[in-house]
Formats: sequence, C-alpha cells, structure tokens
Amino acid sequence: MKMEPDKTQQYYRLLVRMIVILMVCISIIPLVSIGGVTIYHFSRSLKKSVVTHLETIVNEHKINIDTFLNEKLANMQALADSCTIEQLLDNSFLRARLDVFQERYGEFVDLGVVDDTGHQRAYAGLFKLEDAMYSDADWFKKAMMKEFFISDVFLGLRGLPHFIIAIKVRDGDGRFWILRSTIDIEKFTSLVEDVSIGKTGHAFILNRNGHFQTKPRFKKQELSFLSPISGMVVPKTGVSIIENKGEKGNKTIYAISGLKDGEWILVCQQDSADAFSSLYQARRLVVFISFITFVSVMVISFFLARRLVGRMETAYLERAKMHDQVIEAGKLASIGELAAGIAHEVNNPVAIMVEEAGWMEDLLEEDEVIKSDNRDEFQRALTQIKAQGTRCKQITHKLLSFARKTDSKLSDLQLNDLIKEVVGLSQRTARYSNTKIDTDLDIEIPPITASPSEVQQVLLNLINNSIDAVGKDGGMVMVTTRTDGDYVVVDVSDTGCGIPEAQVQRIFDPFFTTKPVGQGTGLGLSICYGIIDRMGGRISVNSAVGKGTTFHVRFPVHTREKESVKMG
Amino acid sequence: MDAFNVLFVDDEVEFLDTLLKRMKKRNVNVSGVKSGEEAIKFVDQDPVDVVVLDVRMPGMDGIETLRLLKKRDPLIEVIMLTGHANVEVAVEGMELGAFDYLMKPMDIDELLYKLQDAYKKKSIQEEKIKNMEAMMAQGR
Repeated sequence: MKMEPDKTQQYYRLLVRMIVILMVCISIIPLVSIGGVTIYHFSRSLKKSVVTHLETIVNEHKINIDTFLNEKLANMQALADSCTIEQLLDNSFLRARLDVFQERYGEFVDLGVVDDTGHQRAYAGLFKLEDAMYSDADWFKKAMMKEFFISDVFLGLRGLPHFIIAIKVRDGDGRFWILRSTIDIEKFTSLVEDVSIGKTGHAFILNRNGHFQTKPRFKKQELSFLSPISGMVVPKTGVSIIENKGEKGNKTIYAISGLKDGEWILVCQQDSADAFSSLYQARRLVVFISFITFVSVMVISFFLARRLVGRMETAYLERAKMHDQVIEAGKLASIGELAAGIAHEVNNPVAIMVEEAGWMEDLLEEDEVIKSDNRDEFQRALTQIKAQGTRCKQITHKLLSFARKTDSKLSDLQLNDLIKEVVGLSQRTARYSNTKIDTDLDIEIPPITASPSEVQQVLLNLINNSIDAVGKDGGMVMVTTRTDGDYVVVDVSDTGCGIPEAQVQRIFDPFFTTKPVGQGTGLGLSICYGIIDRMGGRISVNSAVGKGTTFHVRFPVHTREKESVKMG
Repeated sequence: MDAFNVLFVDDEVEFLDTLLKRMKKRNVNVSGVKSGEEAIKFVDQDPVDVVVLDVRMPGMDGIETLRLLKKRDPLIEVIMLTGHANVEVAVEGMELGAFDYLMKPMDIDELLYKLQDAYKKKSIQEEKIKNMEAMMAQGR
C-alpha cells in the first residue's frame, strides 16, 4: 500500500506536469486558434486593400501618361495637318508655332523638320541644331518606317535626356518629311515621380531593355530592375501584381502595367514591410499578448497544480495514516481474540496442574510418605510449580480481560475524582521509588460516560508505568486534565528514562515489554489501547529518551452509545 | 466447627477428583458431580450446605444451575468458580444470590475459608429462622 517516497515524489511531480500541460493546452489552444484566424483574415483583407490601392494608383498614372503622350502626339498631328511642308520649313513660322506650343502646353522644347535623308532642314528651339544630321539615329530609322514614333528617353546629340515625338508627313511631291519635337523630360518625369505610397512606395518607367525612362527616386542600378518582374507578362491594359524579392533582397510588391503599347513598363513598387506595416504591427501585438498570456497561464497553472497536488498529498498521507491506524486496531483485535482463545484453553490445564501440585504438597505433609533428604527439594519444587501456575493465571487473566468484549456498565464519570482515587492508590508504590505524584486538574471538565473500572484500569496502568519509568532514582509524575473540543484529555507525564524512538511504535502491541522477564506481561498498554479505542477515544505518546514520557489519553465526552450496546 | 456437606460441580474430571481428594484430606464432607443437571439431582437426594459451582460447563451452565438451586432451596450457599476474570458473570451470580466467587486456579486455603464462611452464614440464617419459628409457635 505504501509507495516508496522517491516514487511518490516522482508521481506527484508527474502529476503537476500533467496538470500544467493540460491547463496550458486548454487555455492556449483557443487563444492561438482565435488569434490565428483573426490574423489570417485581417492580413487577407489588408493585403487586398494594399494591392487594390497600388492597382488604382498604377491605373491612374498609366492613364495619365498615356493621355499625356497621346496629347503631345495629337498636338504634333494637328500641326502637321494644318500646315504645309513649305510653311514648316520656314524657321520663323516654326518658331511661332513653337512659341504657341510652349505657351499653351509648356512641354515642347523644340520643333524640327527632317527630310528623308536625315538632314534637319528647319529648326526652332534653344539649341543651334539647324542642318543636324539624324540619318544614323535610331529614332529616325524607326520613324521612317511608321506613321508616327515616340522614342525612348535617350541622351541625344546635346547630351541631355529627352525623348522625341516624330510624325511622318508626305508633301505634294510624294517625299517623306519628319516633323519632330523634343519633349521636356522633367515635365514627363514629374508625372511618375510624384507617386509616393507610404515610406518606400514609388513609381518609375522602364523600357523593354530595363533602362529608366524616368528618374527613380532612389539611386538604383539599372537593369537589375527587370529581374524581379522578368517573369511577368506585361499587360497592355490593366495591372499585374507580383510580390517578389526586390533589389535589396527584401520582399517587395510590384504593380506593373504596359505603356506605349507595351514598349514601356510602368512599375510601382513598395516594400512589403512598409505596405503591410499595420498588419505586422497587429501581428506583433497578437504575438506579444499571446506570449504574455502563455507565460501567465503557465505560472498560474503551475501554482494551482502545485497547490492541488499538495492538497492531494496531504489527503493521501492522512488516509495512509488512518489506514495504518485501522490496521493497527484490527491487528490488536485479532491478536486479542487469539489470546483469549489460548488463555481459555490454557487456563483449565493450569488449574489442574496447580491442584495436582497442591495435592502432592498435602501428601508430603503426611510423615510416613517420604522421609528422605530430598523432601525439602520436593517441597520447594512443588511451591515453585504452584507459583508459576499462579503466574500463568495472572497472564491468562490479563489476556482475557484484554480481549473481553462485553463492556462494563457505563455511568457518568467525573474523571478528576477517579484520578484522585487512583493517585491515592498509587501513592504507596510511588513512595518506594521516591517518586512524587502531582495532579493539575481542570475543575471545569465535563463528566464522561464510561465504565469506571475500565477507566480506572487505564489510569492505574499509565501511572504505574510512569512510576516504573522513573525508577529508583526518584522523580515526578504529573497528571493533568483539560478539555479539548469534544474530548477530555488526561496527560500522564513523568521525568523518567523515556522510550527510544524505535520502540515507541510498538509499545501498544500485545506482549511488547521492556521490563525484565517475569515482571511485565506486555499487555498493560495494549489493554489500555483496547479500552480507549472501544470508547472512541485516542491514546498517544510523546517521549524523549532521558527526559521523560507523556501519555495523552483523549476521552470522548459523548461515548458511542450504539457500539457499547452492541458490544454488551 | 460442625461437619458440613459440600458439593463440587465441575465438568473437568481431573480437576474435580484432585480437589475432592484435597478437601477430604482436610476433613470436609465433599461430593462431586460433573454437570448442572447432576447437581440438581444430587441436591434433591442428599442435603447439601454449600455448592461450589463452575461457571463454564457444557449443557446447563453455572448461572442456570445457580438459579435452579436457589429455587429449590434458598438457604443453599453457592460459591462460583470462574475460569477467568469474567466480572460480569460473577456480578450476575452475586445478584442471583451466590455467596462469593473465585478464580481458577485458586488457593486451597482461600477456598476452605470461603466454604467455612458460607457455612457460617447458612447456619446463622437457619438459626434465625428456627428462632422465628419458635417465636411464632409461642405466639400461637
């Protein structure tokens, strides 16, 4: 029934762990699932709104840029349609048209008319570009093949970034002329550069080769820009969204759209961390709260489990103790029954033996029977047989009274009076061993219901034991009474030799004695135990070797009536 | 002291025999029977002054025998012998009119004294009754 202390400790530790794990699981799982679901939905809706925002911006700017380019083209077309080549070849006319354009639109830097060999025949603008040769220029070749042409941004003959709008015009002779204009890059760039989303969001335009068409807000290596979006199909209309590793290695969202029939790419990019900063913030908050909750749940459940298991442990120990007591009582009872049986069986033969020895003694007294030298020895032996028979009788009688099941008649009993009586009886024995018996009696103790002869037996036994314990050297025996709840407690203490710890547990066992052979039967205390136990009381002992022993006897004020009736 | 008749009742023959021998040696008129039933029969036939009765016997036990004896002759004195300190039985016996009780194994002299006391008590009572009867006869 008793577990090894180590194993018990291990078991309790395991129990604490189990409870903590269980409690943490119970409180954390809903927390995590709620948090997870919330974050998932929140991030989804946030991403959607961020993407939508980017899409909107890109779309808007695409339309703006397309409109801008178309407008410039339309201006040029209108000029070409409204004038003849001859008029255009007139520098002063060209200057006047440029002034009108600059006044009205502002973005036109210069105007020029180029013949089909690439020779600029007329020019109006800031630079001295009359008679410039464009026959090898890329834009010229392309413009000759189409009705109109908008070039990429390039450093032209003047070494300034610009792009060119060229329109092919046919004169009355069937010769082709190119009406070209340089467009202010600053104006054009500002359309895109003004785009700013959050801290890192910005836009730029690339051509198919990855060259910037606008000045990017941050200085960047060219060409590296195509790689994040290289896999994407650039839509001529509408917007594509991709999230990929950006040029710095951090996650970036790209929104791209085609311009100029897909020749240019409008890119709007923003770092994911920036775009989703509120999401990340919320996520961090949730993680932080979860962590705090987890820690507090851990701590609380640990302490709760510790307390719970502590209570269990105490309860278990108490139960074990009670179990031991029950076993002890049962042991005493069964030993008692056994003893009673033996006593009964042994008593009659002993009686016969004593009688026979007496008879022999009687016979010895007749002179004529034996007249040998051994007569005295016979006499002595018979006396001894009788004496030992008497000893047997005492033992069996004690055994039988120990096992006796019938209670004596119960009556209301004033313990103090009984103690005085018993102390008076023991006073004579005590004087032989220079022992003083003192009493400290609480006059307010209630009367108890008990058998006077039994209580007397208990008290006499305890006091005599105390006197024996004090020994011949003298000392004190103290008897006190007090009330403790529903019990009247009698303490019998002495200043005697004390009981070694190893023996304390056994002193109530039948036949356990420390007295020399022949002087104690080892039944006194077990009889006391039996009597007090039947009354529903308790007897216990405190002892320190060399200092003394105290017996505490607790008599219940209300005896268990039922039991005594049953026993009787 | 007058010779008086004593009856021992005990189911243990060995105990009974030795006791009878010892008593006879002390010049007591003793007889012995082995059960309560025999005791009743014996008392019906022979006059007995004192009965020494074992409490624990098979068949009719000591208390029952005591009750019947006292019913037949209230003047018979009874000494109970108990195998052990069964105080309750002893008390019950005393209440039914037993003279005294002793525990086995008992001292022979103690038993002898008790027998004499019992007989003395019986004689005194008989004397009283005789006197009263005489007074009543005179009064008539």
